[in-house]
Amino acid sequence: MAGPYSAKVMDHFMNPRNVGEIEDASGVGEVGNPACGDMMRLYLKIEDGRVVDAKFRTFGCGAAIASSSMLTEMIKGKTVAEAREITNRHVADALDGLPPVKIHCSVMAEEAVKSALDDYEKKNPA
Amino acid sequence: MAPVFFDHISTTPLDPRVFAAMTPYFTEWYGNPSSHIHDQGQAAQKAIETARGEVAALIGATPAEIVFTSGATESNNLAIKGVAAANAGKGKHLVVSEIEHFSVLNALIPLRNAGYEVTMLKVDGDGRVDPDDVRAAIRPDTVLVSVMHANAEIGTIEPVSAIGRIARERGVLFHTDAAASAGHIPLDVREAGADLVTLSAHNVYGPKGTGALFVREGVKLAPMLDGGFQEMGFRAGTENVPGIVGMGAAAGIAALEMDRWAALLRPLGKRLRDGIAASVAHVHFTGHPVDRLPGHVSFWVEFAEGESLLLFLNVHGVMAASGSACSSNLKGRDEEDLVASHVLRAVGVPSDICTGSITFSLGKGNTEADVDAVLGVLPGIVKRLWEMSPTYLDYQKRIAQGG
Repeated sequence: MAGPYSAKVMDHFMNPRNVGEIEDASGVGEVGNPACGDMMRLYLKIEDGRVVDAKFRTFGCGAAIASSSMLTEMIKGKTVAEAREITNRHVADALDGLPPVKIHCSVMAEEAVKSALDDYEKKNPA
Repeated sequence: MAPVFFDHISTTPLDPRVFAAMTPYFTEWYGNPSSHIHDQGQAAQKAIETARGEVAALIGATPAEIVFTSGATESNNLAIKGVAAANAGKGKHLVVSEIEHFSVLNALIPLRNAGYEVTMLKVDGDGRVDPDDVRAAIRPDTVLVSVMHANAEIGTIEPVSAIGRIARERGVLFHTDAAASAGHIPLDVREAGADLVTLSAHNVYGPKGTGALFVREGVKLAPMLDGGFQEMGFRAGTENVPGIVGMGAAAGIAALEMDRWAALLRPLGKRLRDGIAASVAHVHFTGHPVDRLPGHVSFWVEFAEGESLLLFLNVHGVMAASGSACSSNLKGRDEEDLVASHVLRAVGVPSDICTGSITFSLGKGNTEADVDAVLGVLPGIVKRLWEMSPTYLDYQKRIAQGG
């Protein structure tokens, strides 16, 4: 389908991976604000310093939902240190790009990771 | 399911009768109306004068008061800037509603930069301008009042006759942008007390790239383009003959069939609105409940974002519009271009909620089956987005806790 988004964005928007909550999450991150048009909540399950599960709930446009979905795919299996290295660029590239006005949606995904990992580290001081 | 086009406020399909009227003016009668010494030029000139009469008849004007343009954006620019430039001797103050189209609002920017002052008129929760506010805003140096006939996004019809009367009493020119309404609901320029009226062809089953500005006889207006003496000197440049012929044909058809279209569209709009109200929770309809464009249904849904709604609707073959920030300017340069709709903000919808707005605008080709098809998919789409939304989850938790 032609349109503003890549086929990959549309796939992740139409069939988002890992929607939901993790009841006993190791870390929860929340970024964005519905007043700005998008908001993402990211739940991470971390065992032995590695992300073993990730789920999300997002209020937002197609790019916000697709970025959230792609992020949860990318982060699973990564160590906490590796997860911290994920940037918005990685998320956008994995989606075969986003329109320039939608780059902030991938930034939201990056910030959600930082927020969830900060929460995890606060609960699990080294 | 077959595609359903519910975005007639953005544009309408060309009526096949309009297309048939235009066709000879591409290859057979290609003359320049200014070349009226020969047969080709005369044929073109005759064609645009016929079209001028048809457009004039639609709004109760005389043919000499119709200036053809490239569309409503040019007409609005010509009205605003042309009146300001030609009447600067009287003053440099304009009165404009805050829910005008961008081609009115943004035309004010260079005027402000040139020292003009603008009073913005607020609207009520239904999107209506209070004529008393117009009366209060007019000053001795006011040169123009501009309030649209109907708003495309929320469908509200403005009290233009009352506003026109006030402007006339105070000796101020009155412009109304009727791009969304002309040919859909009756408009008589004399009854409305209008001095300038913006018209669009493609919003009423005519071609894109053609519009008109009604300029009441005697109104002082400066042209925007320097060039030849086409269009009574108000609009230089060789006329878009096929487009103008198409606009004339579309106006002629609208004059005859407008009432029939409205009689079809009002019940379809009601069926759609009632169906949405019955099947989707947390829905809030926007615009005036009664005084609105036929077949126009606009609303917002809590906990669901507008662009996501539109994307899912499109996947199901339903084409609609949104005032959502995220869908407002997908081709913009950066997120600074993402601004929640000024119209929805003006009617008091909170900006977090503006993002969930949808405008369904029906046209003469739509049927009950189209309405029912949309009603068949919309609740499921909303539910799906809610299930992804953290704000809906929080809401459910609050409800579960009895909050």
